[in-house]
Amino acid sequence: MLNFIQQLGGSGLYFFQRLGRAHILLGHILMGIPAMLTRLPLVIQQMYSVGVLSFLIILVSGFFVGMVLGLQGYNTLVDFGAEETLGVMVSLALVRELGPVVSALLFAGRAGSALTAEIGLMKATEQLSAMEMMAIDPIRRVLTPRFLAGFISMPLLAALFSAVGILGGDFVGVGLLGVDEGAYWSQMQASVDLYDDILNGVIKSIVFGGVVTWIAVFEGYDAIPTSEGVSRATTRTVVHSSLAILGLDFILTAIMF
Amino acid sequence: MNTKNTEILVGLFIAIGLASLFMLAMKVSNLNIYNNDSGYEITANFDDISGLKVKSPVTMSGVRIGRVSDITFDSEIFEAVVKIRIESQYKALPKDTSASIYTAGLLGEKYIGLEAGGDEENLQQGDKLKLTQSSLVLEKLISRFVDAFVDKDSDTKK
Repeated sequence: MLNFIQQLGGSGLYFFQRLGRAHILLGHILMGIPAMLTRLPLVIQQMYSVGVLSFLIILVSGFFVGMVLGLQGYNTLVDFGAEETLGVMVSLALVRELGPVVSALLFAGRAGSALTAEIGLMKATEQLSAMEMMAIDPIRRVLTPRFLAGFISMPLLAALFSAVGILGGDFVGVGLLGVDEGAYWSQMQASVDLYDDILNGVIKSIVFGGVVTWIAVFEGYDAIPTSEGVSRATTRTVVHSSLAILGLDFILTAIMF
Repeated sequence: MNTKNTEILVGLFIAIGLASLFMLAMKVSNLNIYNNDSGYEITANFDDISGLKVKSPVTMSGVRIGRVSDITFDSEIFEAVVKIRIESQYKALPKDTSASIYTAGLLGEKYIGLEAGGDEENLQQGDKLKLTQSSLVLEKLISRFVDAFVDKDSDTKK
């Protein structure tokens, strides 16, 4: 019994220690941002590996999610003779929820895990310590540009996801199932609001982008510098950021809508 | 991959991302920044506006010519005061135009329908519509209907 309580206390302390370290690291990263603005090539290099390389998966999955929404929405709405509102359904679902959430989940799997593995391996091969020996702050040199790149890329990817998804819904609904094209777009325009829907979706994706890259960068930096430790850290990145995205999404939705 | 190519790809990525954001803003949402503050405002008092919202459409012959810009309650005469913003190209509305609240479809959105009168003078900024007809509340209608039935029943029993 005492053993159990001790274990509970131990893991609780461990959890809070990690949480504290993560926040201290975030503070360090954020403090490096002003200096990073004078060294944009570093950020651009990272935006290539974080954003451009995630481009295709976002494009393809956005299109398919939109097509599925079009198909499912049509099958349900046609029972009520309301298939003209398909555009509203597809666009609101994408702009408010699926765009930010699904693209953040994909982003965590595609870019977050790569970030963790890269930084974890840098630590395992003592590249980070070598930098410190040369009086270069590895947090500012390695972590800040990656954080900034994720932060900037995420809203762009989410917007792309939503836009492509709406086109996918248009392709299935209008092109294959015969919903009137004018109704699809005009009903959408009548009920989607720039501030209430689109801006809130963008805010969501900015929050997700920050959280996912924060988790990825922290897990990499905090990884045990062995091959097993790096692999565990990578898994944790994907699991924790997925959970964080879904949990935060609920909170943000409750606040926004 | 050299730096130049990387930069070009990142530039493309940012451009496409911003373009899709722009597309969402312009093509998907009901953005009309341009004619938000143009036009003129008139007011109308209604006994009951239930269901009408700010931004609800204002139509004439089924064409949207403006939107509801503000709804307040006048606590002295116990009526709802609705401000209507008419777009500037519809200047020549007669002064005795009447306003009614209708429902789009059976359960759809409420909107205000205007009907032109025969006055020679036109509506100006700040004018008030005198002839108004309130929103049709389904519950009131049903209860009136039921009451009528009950009355008829009791009449025949006598």
